[in-house]
Amino acid sequence: MQQILFFFIRNKNFLLFVLLFSTAVFLTIQSHSFHKNKIVNSSNYITGTIYSIKNNITGYFSLRNENNLLVEENARLRKHLEAYKELAISQSIDTNSLNYKYKFVSAKVINNSFSRTKNKLTINKGKQDSLTIDMGVITSKGIVGVIDNVSKKYATTQSILNTNSQINAKLKNSKHFGSLIWNTKEPNIVQLIDIPRLAPVKVGDTIITGGKSTIFPEGILIGSVLNFSQTEDKNSLVLNIQLFNDMTNLEHVFIIKNNDASEIKNLENNIENVE
Amino acid sequence: MLNNIFFINIVRFLVLVLTQVLLLNHVDFLGYINPYIYILFIIVYPITGNKSLLIFISFLLGLTIDVFSDTGGIHAGAAVFIAYLRPFILKYSFGISYQYNTVKVSNAEFGQRLLYVVSMVFIHHLVLFLLEIFNVNHILLILKSTLFSGIFSTILILSAITIFSKKSK
Repeated sequence: MQQILFFFIRNKNFLLFVLLFSTAVFLTIQSHSFHKNKIVNSSNYITGTIYSIKNNITGYFSLRNENNLLVEENARLRKHLEAYKELAISQSIDTNSLNYKYKFVSAKVINNSFSRTKNKLTINKGKQDSLTIDMGVITSKGIVGVIDNVSKKYATTQSILNTNSQINAKLKNSKHFGSLIWNTKEPNIVQLIDIPRLAPVKVGDTIITGGKSTIFPEGILIGSVLNFSQTEDKNSLVLNIQLFNDMTNLEHVFIIKNNDASEIKNLENNIENVE
Repeated sequence: MLNNIFFINIVRFLVLVLTQVLLLNHVDFLGYINPYIYILFIIVYPITGNKSLLIFISFLLGLTIDVFSDTGGIHAGAAVFIAYLRPFILKYSFGISYQYNTVKVSNAEFGQRLLYVVSMVFIHHLVLFLLEIFNVNHILLILKSTLFSGIFSTILILSAITIFSKKSK
């Protein structure tokens, strides 16, 4: 007994090291799977507050740019609105009573990373604003990522610049589907894989979200084809996509809330359970 | 005196964490090169200080950085790793008698100091990027990131030691 005790005392540094190092590795592995890093993430109160303070200061520097973006988007939306005026009936509609499938919440990015292999963003809305895990995040120009952790006032988002990210996307012209992944090389270029070999692809084609998941509605912009090549087994194409978004200076984002998400999920779970 | 050292270490901890997460994590030199200066805490920790305590504080330090940058436990792991190896690196760079003749990192010979800082920084960065990328297929990316970030961090840490050391004459 005494010897065991001596052993522990003599090797206490080594044992402490092994214990703490395995904890760190455990946390790392856990953070590699989506939804699972509940403990270590920047959506908690302290980090959220510190990032908010920082953002309040640095936010002023990009105001001019942000204003331009908003004006551009306003102009585009106004154009859309004009087109609908022709079609719409003249009577006024109570917009609250309409049953929208998607709702949008605006938020501000308070921390952004793009230089690592598993990038995350922190935004300043949380459970208070009825955000939950698995909601899509976009800007007026294109997609940004998917929410993976929420606290009361903040949420973290798994960026599309993350090796764990996999988003359903398609070619706008030919409707061929594929998965959007990132090969960690360039922060504004992502890859679209699993596109059939025979799909008609041209450089400059637009890529949009596919709408096969409950996260993003169909038709949200992603980027344009930069170049493409065949995979080694010659069965499918790999497309390099230049993102419309500049992922390195995100400021204002929208979170998409799918009102039917829980219904669809339930249905799908039921089917799986029966099997 | 004891309180003074305690206080200095707490301030150092907070200042390094805030500098790291608010400033240096966003440098992104050439797209992906970031310096990691927070290990300065482990480097300048008193040589005769309690080793178990250092390992524990290093874990907390790394974990704090991890919480801020959403990286799981990679900084905690790398920090604990060099905190544990520190006595060996000290012996290797300052000679076997480092414990007795009260060497201070800030007034050691430049060659010895460089060897010590470079070893600490590169071991830390290697473990850090191994844990972050977690894929042997990307070994080239791991080595490249380690090299470039390592050079950047070493320069910053050596300058910080020079600037903040008290003149002992």
